[in-house]
Amino acid sequence: MNLVRTFATTGRVLSQIRHDPRTIGLLLVVPSLLIGLVAWIFTDTDVFDDIGPAMIALFPFIVMFLVTSIATLRERRSGTLERLLSMPMGRGDFLLGYALAFGLLAVAQTAIAVAFAIWVCGLDIEGSIWLLFAVAVADAVLGTALGLLASAFARTEFQVVQFMPLLVLPQVLLCGIFIPREQLPDALETISEWLPLSFAIDALQAVAADSESAGWILSKVLVIFAWIVGSIVLGSVTLRRRTP
Amino acid sequence: MTTGSDAATGAAVIVDDLQVRRGSIAVLHGLSLAVPSGAIVGLLGPSGSGKTTLMRSIVGVQVVQSGSIEVLGLPAGAPPLRRRVAYVTQQASVYDDLTVRQNLAYFRRVLGAPASDVDRVIERTDLGAAADRLVGSLSGGQRGRVSLAAALLGEPELLVLDEPTVGLDPVLRVQLWDLFRTLADDGATLLVSSHVMDEAKRCDRLLLMRDGALLADDTVEGLLAFTGTDDVETAFLRLIERGAPDLPSRARERTGPRHAAEPAEPEPVLAEPLEPDPLDPGGPDPGPRDPGRPDAGSAATR
Repeated sequence: MNLVRTFATTGRVLSQIRHDPRTIGLLLVVPSLLIGLVAWIFTDTDVFDDIGPAMIALFPFIVMFLVTSIATLRERRSGTLERLLSMPMGRGDFLLGYALAFGLLAVAQTAIAVAFAIWVCGLDIEGSIWLLFAVAVADAVLGTALGLLASAFARTEFQVVQFMPLLVLPQVLLCGIFIPREQLPDALETISEWLPLSFAIDALQAVAADSESAGWILSKVLVIFAWIVGSIVLGSVTLRRRTP
Repeated sequence: MTTGSDAATGAAVIVDDLQVRRGSIAVLHGLSLAVPSGAIVGLLGPSGSGKTTLMRSIVGVQVVQSGSIEVLGLPAGAPPLRRRVAYVTQQASVYDDLTVRQNLAYFRRVLGAPASDVDRVIERTDLGAAADRLVGSLSGGQRGRVSLAAALLGEPELLVLDEPTVGLDPVLRVQLWDLFRTLADDGATLLVSSHVMDEAKRCDRLLLMRDGALLADDTVEGLLAFTGTDDVETAFLRLIERGAPDLPSRARERTGPRHAAEPAEPEPVLAEPLEPDPLDPGGPDPGPRDPGRPDAGSAATR
């Protein structure tokens, strides 16, 4: 672990993105647009108040996963990853640098998404908005961390694109949006209890309904955080300095 | 002479019986060679002969099946070497969406080199005018030089350069080779691959490869004498015809007796942009107030 190299990487990734204003625009706006679309679909019903909190978890999670997994794959394709790994760059420093850079973007993106859902789409939040924001940020950073993990595995664009359905879609299907998790078959329910997105959705719905204590919600955030750390550790172990 | 003492200072790289497979294909089968330190060693051979694989192995980013590689006295890929060895891949491995200066500043921080290094390598690679442009907007030749500049950060002792002059115009090519010579005069070792046999003449020593095996390991003069030809391309063909490699160094354990007094080759083709001599007509006073650059003093040993 070397913080100089980690922060150097974070700064470098952010200045790369700064040279690409359209990407910044898309990153910041797309989740909010999708949340708006969902709200619009359910205008004449009260469904949005049920699934709105889940949407705040879902869209930033997916967007951050995609962007991050492509970004590091690009680094591999351009040869810069090999150059960095032939330099005194730690594999963990590298991934953590990326996680911090995209984590910062995730904070901005989530803030916009939460604000948009509440003040534009009229999502009703009984609990603390700050707690909602904290859970949503953790969830978006989780998307980043899983994206890093996927791209540490993937060797080609085709592979990385398929990690999205492989790692993300099952979590979406099992997180309780389509059918409450208690109604899943036993085996699937057990699996869903371990998936990180389920924790995020549970926590967000609890904040929205103000049905649980802050401690309970923070315990869910802690689990998400453990998944984030685990993904980065696993990613840095699978990243190889020597390749065949 | 120009290069102090190849033979005396020993080898920067010693490869012994190296075997590498990539996929199901054996790329290198039992390669042994030595790169003398402080010299420019040309690694020549047609594309597909295993040059890049050998270079990757020396840098320590290639999975190797067997054999040993010692680099600056350590096993290839050892952590301390990550600062002492620089590698420039064929493709310019730099960030297109950063400026030249931002690229170099980042790599400098990763290496932990002094901040002044960025300006130093920009000057050395003649990128001053492009320093604040995005790399993606530069020409192929300029991008290659940014990649080379990144390799010069931190003054590495061994530079492994994979086809650094490919696609460059002749003027730039000559400038780059002059830069390589300056670096070697400063004490660095350079392993430079090329498939342009012409560039061989500028190397202190040549390694000729074909199909993952070594065809020759000799000086230019030694190779030409051995094959009875007067250009490297023909010598290469001659070696293939004969099927007998020119590997004197292995027999005499890299002592290099055939040191056929190198024609010290300071070819005055182009005024080197790297040395301040035109500014300094004074001559006899090798003095404290030399103009401009602080690193100029260490360069010339003639």
